[in-house]
Amino acid sequence: MIEPPLVSPDTLSAAYRLLAEAAYRPISGGTDVLVALSGGLGAPPERLLDLWRLDELRGIALDGDALIFGALTTYAEIRRSAVCRDLLPAFVEAAATIGAAQIQNRGTLGGNIANASPAGDMLPVLLATDAVIVAGSVRGERSIPAASFWTGYRQTALAGDEIVVRIRIPLVADRQVRFRKIGTRRAQAISKVVIALSWVSAAPAEPWRSVRLGLGSVAERPIRATATEAFLEGRLPTSDTANTASVRVAAEIEPINDVRSTADYRRAVTGRVLYRLIREAGDW
Amino acid sequence: MTIRPPLGRIAAPVTLRPHLPSSGLVTPSAPFRREGPAKLTGTALYTDDLVFPGAWYGQTIRSTEARARLLGVELDPGFDWTRVVVVTAADIPGANIVNSIQDDQPILAVDEIRHHAEPVALVAAPDRALLREAVAHVALRTSPLQPVFDPLASSQVFAHYDIQTGDVEAALAGAALVVEGEYRVGHQEQLYIENNAMIAVPRDDGGVAVHGSLQCPYYVHKALRRSLLLSDAQAQVIQAETGGGFGGKEEYPSILALHAALLARACARPVRMIYDRHEDIAATTKRHPAIVTYRSGVSADGRLVAQEIEIVMDAGAYCTLSPVVLSRGTLHAGGPYACPNVRIRSRAVATNTPPNGAFRGFGAPQTEFAAEMQVNRIAEALAVSPLELRRRWLYRPGDTTPTGQVLRESVAAEEALERAAEASEFERVRARTAAARTSRVSRGDAADGHLAHGIGLALAWHGAGFTGSGEVHLESVASVELTGDGRIVILVGSTEMGQGTKTIFPQLVAEALGVPMDDVEFAPQDTSIVPDSGPTVASRTAMVVGGLVIGACRRLRAVVEERSGAPFADSYRADAQAHGPTRIDEHFEPYPGVDFDDTTYRGDAYPAFGWASAIAEVDVDLDTGEVAVRSVVAADDVGRVIHPVLAEGQVEGGTLQAVGYATIEEIKLRDGRYLNDRLATYLIPTALDAPRIETILVEAPFSGAPHGAKGIGELPMDVGAPAVVAAIHDATGVWIHDLPASPERILAAMASRDAESQG
Amino acid sequence: MSVQFTVNEEPVELDVPGIRRLLDVLREDLGLTGTKEGCGEGECGACTVLLDGAVVDSCLVPIAQVDGHAVRTVEGLAPRRPDARNPATPDNLNLLQRAFLETGGAQCGICTPGMLMAGEAFLASGQAPTDPAIREAIAGNLCRCTGYTKIIEAIALAAARREAPG
Repeated sequence: MIEPPLVSPDTLSAAYRLLAEAAYRPISGGTDVLVALSGGLGAPPERLLDLWRLDELRGIALDGDALIFGALTTYAEIRRSAVCRDLLPAFVEAAATIGAAQIQNRGTLGGNIANASPAGDMLPVLLATDAVIVAGSVRGERSIPAASFWTGYRQTALAGDEIVVRIRIPLVADRQVRFRKIGTRRAQAISKVVIALSWVSAAPAEPWRSVRLGLGSVAERPIRATATEAFLEGRLPTSDTANTASVRVAAEIEPINDVRSTADYRRAVTGRVLYRLIREAGDW
Repeated sequence: MTIRPPLGRIAAPVTLRPHLPSSGLVTPSAPFRREGPAKLTGTALYTDDLVFPGAWYGQTIRSTEARARLLGVELDPGFDWTRVVVVTAADIPGANIVNSIQDDQPILAVDEIRHHAEPVALVAAPDRALLREAVAHVALRTSPLQPVFDPLASSQVFAHYDIQTGDVEAALAGAALVVEGEYRVGHQEQLYIENNAMIAVPRDDGGVAVHGSLQCPYYVHKALRRSLLLSDAQAQVIQAETGGGFGGKEEYPSILALHAALLARACARPVRMIYDRHEDIAATTKRHPAIVTYRSGVSADGRLVAQEIEIVMDAGAYCTLSPVVLSRGTLHAGGPYACPNVRIRSRAVATNTPPNGAFRGFGAPQTEFAAEMQVNRIAEALAVSPLELRRRWLYRPGDTTPTGQVLRESVAAEEALERAAEASEFERVRARTAAARTSRVSRGDAADGHLAHGIGLALAWHGAGFTGSGEVHLESVASVELTGDGRIVILVGSTEMGQGTKTIFPQLVAEALGVPMDDVEFAPQDTSIVPDSGPTVASRTAMVVGGLVIGACRRLRAVVEERSGAPFADSYRADAQAHGPTRIDEHFEPYPGVDFDDTTYRGDAYPAFGWASAIAEVDVDLDTGEVAVRSVVAADDVGRVIHPVLAEGQVEGGTLQAVGYATIEEIKLRDGRYLNDRLATYLIPTALDAPRIETILVEAPFSGAPHGAKGIGELPMDVGAPAVVAAIHDATGVWIHDLPASPERILAAMASRDAESQG
Repeated sequence: MSVQFTVNEEPVELDVPGIRRLLDVLREDLGLTGTKEGCGEGECGACTVLLDGAVVDSCLVPIAQVDGHAVRTVEGLAPRRPDARNPATPDNLNLLQRAFLETGGAQCGICTPGMLMAGEAFLASGQAPTDPAIREAIAGNLCRCTGYTKIIEAIALAAARREAPG
């Protein structure tokens, strides 16, 4: 394996300074960077910036009406977090579908976000929950809504000297979030389709508001199905709603054939799972 | 398809007689795995764990095209080539041929590249960084040629067979029901967790010693002698601890050993060639894809009267072992069912894809999947239970196979079937799943939730040992030596790769000689020490080589007891002191009454058959087509159980490989290149995907082997996939004709079924 | 870079590139070849070790991130570390190794070191040894020989014995 030079700053400000001086590939838990390096996938980076010692980027905290995740929060920490289990169980569910214990102990939320895989398992949930990604650099911090963070195939809104420092997920009263990953097997699986659906509704008889539908593995980047969201807005989870929504979403996405699945399957399954989620919400 | 009314009444339940133990057979027991403590403490040495000071690292330069004219191997003049060695075909002293059945596969390609990832040149360097740099400065100059990827369009046939008995056309014409089917199965990767690995070390006598992960030391030995022009002694092959084989380390290690040896010769130093997973998947052999078509005829009174079968196997670019794989596939294609009129035509053809080779089951899983699909579909057409239909049709003692072999003994199809059916409560579960299916249909699809449960059944036979006269040609030898210092040593070329050779052979010897097992040693698998006992393949080790070992022990015991006049156990140490070493070499003798004609394919295709049944239960998610295999009951006839824990381990592992084959293991190709060439994309089941497996060991001993044992390793591989696919059908109502039965295929089949029923 | 950490409670100090994989440091720099490489991309779990008690794929951990931490490998499990003069025996195994030996949890043995470390982490977690819990604990460790049946049995057996010693 090519072993590019790596620096391990102890403070965030030191990391910012290094990033301002030269092009570094940041590495957190290593579960993506080392796969690419040892597999010879793509050109190796010239130098690496190890974020692992930056304790400023750790921790899960409740901050008023939002949950704050440090970028170095691992999937295992999300799974163990009582506050997360209470307030955002779908996030815990999503973290549990990633890899297996070895990956969950090392892989980080910030890494998942910055790696920008169209199949990133956590990303549709971030889209469905209006998460805000806070990026930092020597120039300071800025907030980027998840909906505008992933700009193309493995492209993000981060500038070259920026890293993800934390993620803020607003907590909304009466919001329901559902997560479903269709993978290639039951563990250690990359997704064929990831669906995260959220809506606000105080009672079963109340129409859905603020509907968000985040999807993974159905486009070159994680997306929100905005046309289907618009259709669902203000509706009740009835059979008619489910039928039309499943047709809408299948028409809205443009998945591809690849080594893991087919476009036809992804389209069909996205529709059918959305139908199922609406049906379960409507309890019919 | 013509359908007659359902068949008559269900036969009375079969009463089973347990096989009584007979004297002289081995007593089953479960001593600890011999090399278990070493494996459990990390001290067992696999190839990559071996240290050879000063060793260089070797790498293979491979083609990136499926078919091309090779115009040259170009070394960048800007690179300092004095620091490394490069080997091309011109540097091979002997034949540029990987020794196998046909002389068609070059060690390094010369004029024509015939598949993606074909070896063209070799580079070795003192360290990995320099090696990487050197490899980046090698280029292949090629001009493209038109490749062939479709086996049905291939005109190059490596092997073909035609088995006929009775008059199939007439029988089909007279049949009350004819069911036709075409079944396609894809590549399957062995996926041993230890990649192929080999280290070549120059010997002082001008020869080479190779240490590697391998199943068949003497295959490698022969390949080295031939292409490096070495004497028997100059070519030395030593098996390191081997992290799984499953057929994938049967023939492939020959080419890898040749590569390592050529580099070691070039740099006059040890050379390590340890594949990474990507190279291992991209370049090494897989299970042959196959297209199998059937026309099966059933008489008005419900007998199977005709089977017309055509098999096309995709061999890939070179012949490798394809004729033998095809032969086994052909001989098993009828399934374990008596049928008077059978015609089986088969061919293995060339395509411009990496060569396929041995994998547990060796051709039989492909054709028996198709055979069992046929039986299950016929049962559906007749509206009779698939269990009941098999009860009527399965082979019983005295039945004749399509090659004219009369099954005189050791026939346990019925016992395997009945015991699996009983343990799984097949009919009870099937009634429940049928009721659930009916209510689903009546209330609208998926109305009772999105998970549908199903149960499915399969039955198979598997010829034990080599096909036809193969064992006779092998001339295997196994030896047992009482050394001059009073130790008892087993000398066999049979390898341990996890299946238990190192444990069961000492067990057999201890029993035959009446000594404690701990007093029996197992010589290392080093061609300078042990004889050629034939390859460790074809589930032949326990039956054939084990039989030879027992034969050697009986002779040794007789010699010592005659000299001492006392029981062996009490006298062998003194005997060794008095008479020096006594070594018995036991040579294979044809099993009496077993006769096969290789040219006409008539006669006894195998000395005996093993019998297997599997019953699988699945949950299918009707929204997504995802399949969870919940349980498999596996009943496997091994002849005689030597070590129940190891035997169960074989059944459990083989069953899960079959479940993977049925559900998720898939290789897609683009321009002759495997797309699933990493462990992130070629998926095997994890512990969460694995079913609960219940193993039932059936014993129908084979009289030709002194201990009655037959093979075990391959049996479960034949039945798992058809059982799972039958269970998917039971859950969903759709038949998936192609493996794997992926969610994509299941959803597509349900969609077209629904479209038809609405149209 | 200079890194200090412990392996099986013994201190180690090395000067190696910070990105070097923990797996390579163990196998090549320290000669601890009990930990195996199966895929190099975190799929198979053969290289599983414990880092501060948690399972990690050592092929995905840069050594810089091990600085100041504690690594445990298969070599650290048996009561007395076997070597060339004192080969491994059935009597010199820890509870989990012994359970693997008895149930037949190791076949070809190449996944075994990683599987043992996953099993150790499970036992240390104090979770109830149910079938689903054990399966989840070893879901990151691929085995191609056993169908997992006897591995699950082994971990359950070790858990039961730990609860009821003697």
